Amino acid sequence: MASLSTKPIIDLAGVTKTFGSFQALKGINATIHESEFFSLLGPSGCGKTTLLRMIAGFETPTDGTIVIAGEDMAGVPANRRPTNMVFQSYAIFPHLCVAENVGYGLKTRKTPKAEIAREVEQALQMVDLGGLGSRAAHELSGGQRQRVALARALVMKPKVVLLDEPLSALDKQLRDQMQVELRQLQQRLGITFILVTHDQEEALTMSDRIAVMFDGRIAQLASPEELYRRPVDRRVASFIGVMNFLDARATGRMNGHLALDIPALGSIELSSAQVPEGLDLRNLETIGIRPEMLTILFEGSEQTEHVARGEVTGTAYYGDMTYYSVRLPGHAEDVTISMRNTAGRSIVPPGSEVPVGWGADSIVLFQ
Amino acid sequence: MLTGERRQGLALISPTLLYSLLMLAAPLVMVLTFSFWTQNYLDLDTTLTLDNYREAWTKPIYRALLLRSLNISLIVTAVTVGLAFPIAYYLSFHVKQRKALWLFLITVPFWTSYLLRVFLWKVILGYNGVLNTAFTGLGIIDEPLTFLLYNANAVVLTLAHAWAPFAILPIFVALEKIDRSLLEAAEDLGDGPVRRFFRITLPLAMPGVVASTLIVLIPTIGDFITPKLVGGTDGLMIANMIQIQFGKANNAPLGAALAITSMLIVASISAVIFLLGKRFGGKVQ
Repeated sequence: MASLSTKPIIDLAGVTKTFGSFQALKGINATIHESEFFSLLGPSGCGKTTLLRMIAGFETPTDGTIVIAGEDMAGVPANRRPTNMVFQSYAIFPHLCVAENVGYGLKTRKTPKAEIAREVEQALQMVDLGGLGSRAAHELSGGQRQRVALARALVMKPKVVLLDEPLSALDKQLRDQMQVELRQLQQRLGITFILVTHDQEEALTMSDRIAVMFDGRIAQLASPEELYRRPVDRRVASFIGVMNFLDARATGRMNGHLALDIPALGSIELSSAQVPEGLDLRNLETIGIRPEMLTILFEGSEQTEHVARGEVTGTAYYGDMTYYSVRLPGHAEDVTISMRNTAGRSIVPPGSEVPVGWGADSIVLFQ
Repeated sequence: MLTGERRQGLALISPTLLYSLLMLAAPLVMVLTFSFWTQNYLDLDTTLTLDNYREAWTKPIYRALLLRSLNISLIVTAVTVGLAFPIAYYLSFHVKQRKALWLFLITVPFWTSYLLRVFLWKVILGYNGVLNTAFTGLGIIDEPLTFLLYNANAVVLTLAHAWAPFAILPIFVALEKIDRSLLEAAEDLGDGPVRRFFRITLPLAMPGVVASTLIVLIPTIGDFITPKLVGGTDGLMIANMIQIQFGKANNAPLGAALAITSMLIVASISAVIFLLGKRFGGKVQ
């Protein structure tokens, strides 16, 4: 996103959280920019929700500082922070109607009644709930509750909106629709959104940048594209999408090229630009290649840089795609190859010998 | 036609239904009938008359007793619920471990009979009681205090103590049911602890508060043991008079009229409290 500012809105420096003897966060450093859609992605228990709750003010860091909009948040309670949260359970007040829910925070600010009514209606229209202000909380569907929770946060015009797995309770279709809507809303309003999720697809489609967290640490902070193409380690690589891991060994280095021996695929040369900084080639043991970067070559298929031979051991049909399990010589585990199903192309039955095409530029190196 | 489920439901409630018809509804009908009869020295005149009600509603003594009963039980209710709420709140929000043990301890007063608990207060508040002996022993007072026992205050104190667990438990349950993320949401939207309490916690705890108010209020109006034992003459309540009418005074019809009267008053007060609570608690489902 070229239009994105890089003005920091949240600065996390050495943020640590300890619960008893359990260290939930082990020193988080990150800067979140203005108008950015930022995601905290990781498996459950990685500390992402704890970090979000600390930004909101519901937990205090054991160590480290959180700066929001240039102000150190140490000792600032949740009700005085320029953030608003959309809770995982939505936390819709059951004794209040939709309009009273959305206007709750404005009433605390002592906004005049007429203005509250106007802003509430505006916020409800923003989330496509216009005219539903008088509905009781229990009359709402799951998707509507989610929208009310969002409107309730947005009406406060916060500097940062915090979303704690807001889509996890919705069914798949509604979730996909809400992903697009949330993203569009965020871009239109230009407010910073911080999303906590364990769903990598959700993070990839919505975010400007993603922090992938494991065990209380940020493993990688990058744009969705970079995360997918250049994961820093095997854990990130297998958490974001599917990755085939193959044994490999560096055999030499000469004039800008790296010679690699990959038993399953053959010997190749890589451009040095593909070697991540700080990678110790003596310890290189594994390379990764995405399923869509491997192709089963059919008659008339475009030629690829390299070709290996394999045997199909299984197929899984997904409608638009077919996933093949293919055994490559000299590799114990089958690799996964995803192929788009085009017209007139039949599915290769298990047991067939197939040529597998691939390119050196799709190889990811791991320690 | 009865569907299977309905028949099963009826079968399940019928023993209880029969029991309550026999033990509750039948005596109630009897009392109601009695109240329209007249007592002649040894037998009952069964011609229907409103004389008993006329006497019950016009004679100053009955009105005074009824008002005092209402007064005492409203105070008892206010004191009990007022003291129970903080305990229930503490238990629900601040006790993290051993909640069950705390609940268990709250029920300890029930381990002895109601009568014994009333006597206990007599021992504590009496002329030669625990308090007076302690105070004289410490030299704080020269003579035993006489205003401790045998008055309305003693009745309030005793009843409030006796009913505390009944008031704590419904409020505790209502507080436990409040989703804690609602409180965080309120805070997130700018409320400090006090505003949050009055806008979220209290309205959502209202069903529990109303329940404990009714649980305490209804039986205390009709209580006659406590006023008799610790109330002296100032602390006598309407139930004592009803008991006297059925017993010593040998005027069951008048007693019945008094009983029905106080029942109607209690019922209407309860209805008002229920509706008020519903209104204040908002549209809780």
